Amino acid sequence: MSNLVCEPEETVSDEAIRAFEHPRRTVHLRVKTYILIMLMVLLSPVSNILLKKGMDQVGPMVSWTPSRVVAFFVHAFSTGAIWLAICCLMGFFVSYLLVLTWADYTFVQPSAALSNGLTAVLAFFILHEYISPIRWVGILLICSGVFVVGRTPPQTTEQL
Amino acid sequence: MIITGVIFYLFILLSGTGGEMCVSRAMKIVGEVTDFRPRSIARVFIRAMKVPWIWIGVAMMALGFFSLLGLLSIANVSFVFPASALSYVVGALGGKFFLGENVTKQRWAGVLLVALGVVLVVVGRG
Repeated sequence: MSNLVCEPEETVSDEAIRAFEHPRRTVHLRVKTYILIMLMVLLSPVSNILLKKGMDQVGPMVSWTPSRVVAFFVHAFSTGAIWLAICCLMGFFVSYLLVLTWADYTFVQPSAALSNGLTAVLAFFILHEYISPIRWVGILLICSGVFVVGRTPPQTTEQL
Repeated sequence: MIITGVIFYLFILLSGTGGEMCVSRAMKIVGEVTDFRPRSIARVFIRAMKVPWIWIGVAMMALGFFSLLGLLSIANVSFVFPASALSYVVGALGGKFFLGENVTKQRWAGVLLVALGVVLVVVGRG
């Protein structure tokens, strides 16, 4: 008879739940933080390059008369590269705002500086631009700085 | 001219970085995003628009941006951008005192490395 009685499930203590959930939550938090920061780091230089390409197609503004200024912006906004750049910038800003809903500003701000290094590396490999040794040292410092910041917990505050 | 430049520089550092911190504060008030479907993200942004800090932040960031343009009109790019790398240090101080974040020695070291790296990347361009 006693076999037919359902025994209540063993109660799991709060400490045990925290001990189980905490590492999982930490990993989850880090993964989504890194994904959004990587998006920011990729979208920022890509938007800069697209803006540069777009504005090269538009050409310089030769006159400041209102009709010429309007024509300049109409030309700029009819360029595909400019719209692609705007889309990238919007993606960057959305990622930035989303990651700030949980991650520290002091974690996101320096990590996003990787885009400076990536811009230089893209310029080296895609545009075949010369990169001086000083810049390579700077890129290494940025990467090491981001690595050091990345070893700290992304979130040290609760919701305000 | 020097005084104007210093004023622009202070606005870049304090208003630009301060604006980012206000936006950060607004997003912390909105709360952690756990659902990344477009409709949920749209709801997050609608909630964010109702937090006054976001508008203060955007206004300050705009002021910082126009100050950057102002400083660029009177100073060389090779000076302006490396000098604005100090915003990482201002950001770390603001994060600690305005947002109450735990800026450990390790994070400080990382921030300083990044700031120095940005200076070298910009200086090395010339």
